[in-house]
Amino acid sequence: MYDGGFQNGILNGVGGSIKKIVVHVTEYENNNFLFPQAKYISQCIDEIKQELKQDNIAVKANAVCKLTYLQMLGYDISWAAFNIIEVMSASKFTFKRIGYLAASQCFHEGTDVIMLTTNQIRKDLSSPNQYDTGVALTGLSCFVTPDLARDLANDIMTLMSHTKPYIRKKAVLIMYKVFLKYPESLRPAFPRLKEKLEDPDPGVQSAAVNVICELARRNPKNYLSLAPLFFKLMTSSTNNWVLIKIIKLFGALTPLEPRLGKKLIEPLTNLIHRFIASGNFWLQTSKVKIVIGAALYLGLLAMSKILKTHPKSVQSHKDLILQCLDDKDESIRLRALDLLYGMVSKKNLMEIVKKLMIHVDKAEGTTYRDELLTKIIDICSQSNYQYITNFEWYISILVELTRLEGTRHGHLIAAQMLDVAIRVKAIRKFAVSQMAMLLDNAHLIASNTQRNGICEVLYAAAWICGEFSEHLEESNQTLEAMLRPKVTTLPGHIQAVYVQNMVKLYASILQQKEQDGEKEAAQEITQLMIDRLPQFVQSADLEVQERASCILQLIKYIQKLQIKEVPVAEEVIALFAGELNPVAPKAQKKVPVPEGLDLDAWINEPPSDSESEDEKPKTIFHDEEQRHSRHRQPEIDEEELARRREVRKQEQANNPFYIKSSPSPQKQYQDTPGVEHIPVVQIDLSVPLKVPGMPMSDQYVKLEEERRHKQKLEKDKKKKKQKKEKKGKHRRHNSLHTESDEDIAPAQHVDIITEEMPENALPSDEDDKDPNDPYKALDIDLDKPLADSEKLPVQSHRNAENLKSPDTEAPLVGKKSKKPKKKEKKHKEKEREREKKKEREKKVAEEGKKVNIYEMSCVSNTYDIQGNLQNDSQVTVSVIFENKSTSFLKSMELNVLDSLNAKMLRPEGSLVHDGIPVPFQLPPGISNEAQFVFTLQSIVMAQKLKGTLSFIVKNDDGSTHEKIDFKLHFSCASYLITTPCYSDAFAKLLESGDLHMSSIKVDGISISFQHLLAKICFYHHFSVVERVDSCASMYSRSIQGHHVCLLVKKGENSVSVDGKCNDSTLLSNLLDEMKETLSKC
Amino acid sequence: MIRFILLFSRQGKLRLQKWYITLPDRERKKITREIVQIVLARSQKMSSFVNWKDLKLVYKRYASLYFCCAIEDQDNELLTLEVVHRYVELLDRYFGNVCELDIIFNFEKAYFILDEFIMGGEIQETSKKSAVKAIEDSDMLQETMEEYMNKPAF
Repeated sequence: MYDGGFQNGILNGVGGSIKKIVVHVTEYENNNFLFPQAKYISQCIDEIKQELKQDNIAVKANAVCKLTYLQMLGYDISWAAFNIIEVMSASKFTFKRIGYLAASQCFHEGTDVIMLTTNQIRKDLSSPNQYDTGVALTGLSCFVTPDLARDLANDIMTLMSHTKPYIRKKAVLIMYKVFLKYPESLRPAFPRLKEKLEDPDPGVQSAAVNVICELARRNPKNYLSLAPLFFKLMTSSTNNWVLIKIIKLFGALTPLEPRLGKKLIEPLTNLIHRFIASGNFWLQTSKVKIVIGAALYLGLLAMSKILKTHPKSVQSHKDLILQCLDDKDESIRLRALDLLYGMVSKKNLMEIVKKLMIHVDKAEGTTYRDELLTKIIDICSQSNYQYITNFEWYISILVELTRLEGTRHGHLIAAQMLDVAIRVKAIRKFAVSQMAMLLDNAHLIASNTQRNGICEVLYAAAWICGEFSEHLEESNQTLEAMLRPKVTTLPGHIQAVYVQNMVKLYASILQQKEQDGEKEAAQEITQLMIDRLPQFVQSADLEVQERASCILQLIKYIQKLQIKEVPVAEEVIALFAGELNPVAPKAQKKVPVPEGLDLDAWINEPPSDSESEDEKPKTIFHDEEQRHSRHRQPEIDEEELARRREVRKQEQANNPFYIKSSPSPQKQYQDTPGVEHIPVVQIDLSVPLKVPGMPMSDQYVKLEEERRHKQKLEKDKKKKKQKKEKKGKHRRHNSLHTESDEDIAPAQHVDIITEEMPENALPSDEDDKDPNDPYKALDIDLDKPLADSEKLPVQSHRNAENLKSPDTEAPLVGKKSKKPKKKEKKHKEKEREREKKKEREKKVAEEGKKVNIYEMSCVSNTYDIQGNLQNDSQVTVSVIFENKSTSFLKSMELNVLDSLNAKMLRPEGSLVHDGIPVPFQLPPGISNEAQFVFTLQSIVMAQKLKGTLSFIVKNDDGSTHEKIDFKLHFSCASYLITTPCYSDAFAKLLESGDLHMSSIKVDGISISFQHLLAKICFYHHFSVVERVDSCASMYSRSIQGHHVCLLVKKGENSVSVDGKCNDSTLLSNLLDEMKETLSKC
Repeated sequence: MIRFILLFSRQGKLRLQKWYITLPDRERKKITREIVQIVLARSQKMSSFVNWKDLKLVYKRYASLYFCCAIEDQDNELLTLEVVHRYVELLDRYFGNVCELDIIFNFEKAYFILDEFIMGGEIQETSKKSAVKAIEDSDMLQETMEEYMNKPAF
């Protein structure tokens, strides 16, 4: 086990020790010498760069390990990416491990050398050492890219059925990452993943549960069919970690399948009892202090869940929840806020918001205050202002919120003001008066440059005052407020709105004065504009400058006309005729594209690059764009103006994309219809208006309460009357009258204008989905059978590594031949499985027709438990079943006629001649893999076993019982495990002298020596120990621990193989097999 | 899914970081700084959970070291606390009465242990025994290879 520090590490011996760096760094940390540390580190990095240049891999690994540490300290080590890959590909586990660690810490999708790792990772995945494979999988899970996922998906999928649970569980977990990066792999890999839910190893099982739960949480409907399986797991599993995951999964599934809910009740109660009985496994491990905090947090969390189903029962705890807002812990306060959001009703909205406003005043720290602010706005505006009964109250709340210092959410408040003013017509008069007040007190809001966020509200204020200027009582004063020199300190976009809206305001004042016949006053106001506008003309902001100078010219022109005593007001006001209607945010997207219009096609040829640089950014204009076009040169005479206006209106009327103004553009001369509906609430506004920033929403709360009370009384009266009338006729109704939401009528008859949508808009919910959501790609129907095109890409033969065995490229259809099939090949490469297979194709004639062609191929492999080879005489045969017919195959059963030497391992309790059921069914075109274990007594001879596969074929005509016979060939090579051997150990082995010797010679060999060796390695599971020219020594070991050494020599046209082995029979059999392989070359 | 795990000292020094999502270095540094600040600012009486952007931070302090996990919205906070605790138990079992210095001086071991326990943001091995065994076995492998190479023949 661990024996302390770095003494044992070989890293200590070479290069500068890591320990030295760590000690230095920690010392500096403790003494806070910041600069010396930086200097020291740069020295270190120089040293590391020197070390990386050396050939010794141990030195390199040490350097990379140091880099990993520096990376954690925040230093950039991306320059060493290539060296990291070098260390990753080291053959020694010690170094490989360090390389992969460094890679997992610093590689990301942008790392360009990452593609160089593909082959190395593939090699490691198929390494005989499970820890090599494990370390590669772990590393890959951190830096898998779409390319890596595509190239390695198939290898990893194979590993999912590896014999060792250690590898299986890692392979299963990494599949989730692969799915995310390469969604196409989900369907082919899913059957196997599903299988792993019933894996005998609990670790693999829990990994599979984790992955499927994660997948199902995003797209639950695709996984409904797994519910019974999970149900079984839930009732049988004792692993708490797995149980929690499964319960979460059911949480996602139940809404889709209501019947599930009922079924779940019983097992869930059982589980809860068990948890309580075991003293809650979590409580045991935690300090009481944390538990209290956590309990409060969890309580709130639980309440928010309950709220969704039983809102009433939570609402009674309103006070408690409001109390939680005082908690020191921010997480708890935020949870409480979340709850409040769901709790409001028409009845308690005002009260809750009032409490929140108190908290806003008290709150310390801008983040929490900002959170409160957004929550207040969220709460009030939710579901289209559903809960607001009094908009005057809401406006005053918004105005009060502007007193917040340093908030970032000025634009939110501004947006709300605009929204309410535009959509609730009845409130405009009140809103305008409040906004005028805000403008008047702009110096309070904008005085501090740090309070930048909040000055956004001035944007809204100016716009509302300008647009709805007909409601203004003291327009002159507001205009003057807008023309103050102080305004020029505001941000540009606000000034621009100011300039634009002061003209609107000016226009309405002008009209008013002209109507009243006050010509002098009208001229005065014109003069005021001309005096003050130049300060905006000098603005640094282009937008402000442009608008101001344009307007200045216009007004100078108006002045000329005024001097000639020409009435101009009508014309000026016509500039701003028409009303702006709210447009739904998605309206633009919903406009159907007319037939034959290709939005992506160029209208003109695209401009060259150089031109585009000169283009000005387009979007300086905010929502004024439409009206901006109405600025005319003052030279254009009125007739022309009117004519153009007419033309424009005509155009707009014919333009389906233009949002049409309301039918009477001259409407604002009259009172807007909504205003008449403003009811009795004639409050004396003079006081709050003159004293800005005084909390005044409170009085609305009172007024509202009084109003409701009155309303209630009236209603009760009516009811009593009704009851009196009804008396005698009906039995008396006993139920108590409770005030419900529905009883509260809004204070104003507010018609909230719904946002405009283009005609014949396409109804769709699609735009709610985020196209960038990485999980969307995984929304795949998993029940559809696999198509051929969906198979995972298998590494092609162009790869240099594979070129060593050229004949595998030959068409691999050879029936009954010994050439391995493509499929085995991939298995072999990745899993280093020993292979020997028989493939059989059998045609089953049924009613004279060729119905089914079933193909079977078997791949066998052995367990190799290191250091314990003597006891292990088992071989696992993996069989791939592929259904090539068009019928459904089920109830498959595999049976083998045991020999004395080889026996199929059957489940306990079954008889010697029983078959083993194959744990899956096969829809048409699907292939799947099952594993069978055989015990062997002696492995020195090749074996053939006869067997049958029986199954039921199900198609439209019914089901029939079918059988296929096959033979399993256990060659001697299949008992060998590729085992690396170092040359000195090999030499010792040969010297020991207790090996038998035998040799063969094969003539007529034409392929290169390189390919020859590759073949021997591939088919006979040898590894090359040493190669000198055309002579090589090779080594392998059998599952029962026989050493097999070969000396392969290539002559002119022949090859001779000298073998040495503990067992002479095994050796001669092996050499015979080898002779057969070689003679085919 | 756990998005990332950070270990840092009371002084705010990062001791270990594991990211289960790929992010550029600069982003990682920014996030780390922000989170360390948030967590250190909280008093001991407060709960172990903080909402941060669209994630939840679950942290726990062991002696001078904070263990902090960032999990997704639907994940279970308590389960995550249990994960943190299990990791500490694993470290403890491996190092024997683990302290911050163990992790500083053997950071690569601490990473290897974490890798055996959690992979790709999901719990990989719930059994303490198998996790420790896997680590010890791979250490053994390292030992024997080293011994091997120390032979003069190499």
